[in-house]
Amino acid sequence: MLGRRGTLPFLVGPPLAWLVGLFVVPLFVIVLFSLRPESGIVPPGSAWNPSLIQYGKVLDTPAFLRLLGTSALVAFIVAGAATLLAYPVAYFLAFRAGERATLYLTLLLVPFAVSYLLRIMTWKLMLGPAGVINSLLSGAGMIGEPLDLLLYSRPAVVITLVYVWIPFAALPVLAGLQRIQRSQLEAAADLGAGPWARFWRVTVPLSVPGAVAAFFMVFIPTVGEYVTPTLIGGTGGIMYGNLIQGFFGSAGNWPLGAALAMIMLVLTVVLVATAARIVNVRRLLS
Amino acid sequence: MRRRPSPAIGVGRTRVPLRGFYVAMLVLLYLPIAILLIFSFNPSQRLAFPLQGLTLDWYAAVLGDASLLKAARNSLLVGAGAATVATALGTLVAIATLRFRFRGRSALLGLAVLPLVVPFAVMGVAIFLLLVSLDIDKSLFTVVLGHSVIALPYATLIVLSRLGGLDPALEEAAMDLGASYPTTLRRVVLPLMGTALLSAWLTAFVVSFDEVALAVFLVGGDPTFPVLLYGRLRFGGQLPILISMAVLLTSVTIILSLVALRLSRRRE
Repeated sequence: MLGRRGTLPFLVGPPLAWLVGLFVVPLFVIVLFSLRPESGIVPPGSAWNPSLIQYGKVLDTPAFLRLLGTSALVAFIVAGAATLLAYPVAYFLAFRAGERATLYLTLLLVPFAVSYLLRIMTWKLMLGPAGVINSLLSGAGMIGEPLDLLLYSRPAVVITLVYVWIPFAALPVLAGLQRIQRSQLEAAADLGAGPWARFWRVTVPLSVPGAVAAFFMVFIPTVGEYVTPTLIGGTGGIMYGNLIQGFFGSAGNWPLGAALAMIMLVLTVVLVATAARIVNVRRLLS
Repeated sequence: MRRRPSPAIGVGRTRVPLRGFYVAMLVLLYLPIAILLIFSFNPSQRLAFPLQGLTLDWYAAVLGDASLLKAARNSLLVGAGAATVATALGTLVAIATLRFRFRGRSALLGLAVLPLVVPFAVMGVAIFLLLVSLDIDKSLFTVVLGHSVIALPYATLIVLSRLGGLDPALEEAAMDLGASYPTTLRRVVLPLMGTALLSAWLTAFVVSFDEVALAVFLVGGDPTFPVLLYGRLRFGGQLPILISMAVLLTSVTIILSLVALRLSRRRE
């Protein structure tokens, strides 16, 4: 008969093997490929002669670095805007919705269950000279010329992504707000703090970890995005993720693509680790 | 000055129209989707107002498009496979980290949720290069492998939160009565976790079913529905029929997500 302790290897073994084989090792394989000097696709069985040539190429190509900066900026704006817009919604759900909170939360989350591509597509329909917004406005006789509404541009990508992520960003903020104890707010009230003082000096500081979690839950998927830029951004709106995807698709340059992917991964992990250190995410997870 | 007395609960009310903001946000979220939905019933090939009438032709056309149906079937299979793997592994991680103290305990939990912080493009590159190195052909199976990794954090966290609310005394009682620990897990713990496991499975399924950015790197010649949709959207396929198909599949994900949400909130 297997004792309690004897069971442990069978509990840890499978997930550990799976994660090492399909997560840790693959990330390590990116490093190996990024150190290959050749360009183009790499035939199986090619010799491995490590060099830093690919990283040098990235650093020597201002367009790559510019696109990395732009992607980080787009992700920053999208994550910031989605978190800020989600905050009042989460606040409403946590403190004002009362017994209907579950219903209101569900209503908020249904759009998030709608196909990602469909939600992106809908903005292709809304924006643009022949888009819904323009045809409604001109149909109502409010405008003569169609307004230039940003289709195939970087702002269009930002608008679309903020739209996509708002419901998701509300979840960590809500979780953070729900952890605030009423007694803390009562104590502030007893000490003479008015509603605004209580909000700014009690609620907001206590909700920072949830808001930071929301920010990164949006930032991470956005910084590597290539699907939305392809469909909505056009040639002027491509992002760093498009570069990576391109080098593994039609442009076919795996070692260079691997170096680009590695750079993005390192930057993302450093950013997340720094933020986690500052706001103590562990407490939020517990 | 109209000043309300501070309410006893301590959450003072200002006149900020929070409800109005919430409602406005809902309108903003639903309106674009509603407009897209409308065009799936509009006979015109072009997606522009004014509407030309009301038709179910696009939905009928979906049923006649073999490649769309095949892709939908592929997505169902991939989602089911990835969700099953992710839920099984997530359950093991949850039990090991909550019920045992061992070296590397928090490292295991950290590793299980770490895929959350890796952008999908990087994940796609990583697993793609692994497949290349091992000379494995891309296929629906390799998409299952990739999706099982990105769904694992969600499954783990859902199971973890439910198991945390389960009294360990129940397990001790079963073992005092002579059950081995594996038997205790199978006959006591897992049955009590039923709804959490289903909730984790459904969430993992939806994560996989809708995923395109990672799947593009791992799929072979036989696409999942999101990959097919992405390709046709890029190269200008017939839009209304694609929207109809996406609407049909989306209703599946909405229902499953609602069930998962309901299950995960029960008994809390």
